[in-house]
Amino acid sequence: MRAIVPILLTLSTPVIAQGSGPMPPLANRQLVDPAQEAKAMRLMHSLRCIQCQGQSIADSDAAMAGTMRAEVRQQIAAGQKPEAIRGWMIARYGEWVSFEPDMKGAGLLLWLTPLLVLIAGIWLARGLFRRGA
Amino acid sequence: MNRPWILWIPLAVVAFIGGLAIYGLAVPKDDQVHSAMIGKKLPAFALPAATAGVPALSNTDMADGKPRLLNIFASWCLPCKAEAPQLEALKAAGIEIDAIAIRDKPEDVAAFLAEFGNPFRRIGSDSEMLVQLKLGSSGVPETYVIGGDGTILFQHIGDIRAEHVPMLIEKVNAAK
Repeated sequence: MRAIVPILLTLSTPVIAQGSGPMPPLANRQLVDPAQEAKAMRLMHSLRCIQCQGQSIADSDAAMAGTMRAEVRQQIAAGQKPEAIRGWMIARYGEWVSFEPDMKGAGLLLWLTPLLVLIAGIWLARGLFRRGA
Repeated sequence: MNRPWILWIPLAVVAFIGGLAIYGLAVPKDDQVHSAMIGKKLPAFALPAATAGVPALSNTDMADGKPRLLNIFASWCLPCKAEAPQLEALKAAGIEIDAIAIRDKPEDVAAFLAEFGNPFRRIGSDSEMLVQLKLGSSGVPETYVIGGDGTILFQHIGDIRAEHVPMLIEKVNAAK
């Protein structure tokens, strides 16, 4: 009996932690149009799950991720552009919700740093080669 | 070597990265996802009643000129049970509290209220978490201060502890 308790506990925890409401239909059902579904899927891989913070909503089993997938699919089906949907999410949860940092402020620094390092490297190397010649 | 200072650049870069690492360790990490909806109007929603005997909740119910609290809770959520006495204290202080129950069943909500009391004026049932998503809310429990015109003024993430009660009373009264 004692051996079963941990097994029962691991089975019971997720149920307790997530409640028992229904998932919105589009959380786990693909859109009929494959092109729209592909568009939605691409966006879902670049949006972060609020509940299990390291995962994208495409990868997460959390209830909140299901709700977010349904919202993305429903807006894509309604003809909304993926970047507009990303903006919709950012308007609610901040820049944090997107895995693709925006090209402004600190995000711009993130994009430009590799380029700046490369330019600095070329400048350094150029000096060395000139001396060698 | 006519430019010896150049030799110090790699050391400076390593020292900078090391400094970042120490800074990252020293500054406490904020794991909470804050709503970006503060200062905006409540999104439009109309939720059905979460259980018999307590009225349903729509966004217009909270734009009647009176500031109040909006509590996001669930009967299956442990910290929501822990904050029940604080919600009672807020109600006793004359604060009106509306609530949204997340992924819940009517009988579970009824059992929860029977055990911990009902401090709520209205409770809407958000079984698919769609209103929670529109609010920018990231979990249960959360408590929002809503202005009399339906503007979201403040978000408290996590359970309300005894030390948070005066602050919440002050925020609601300041919105009057």
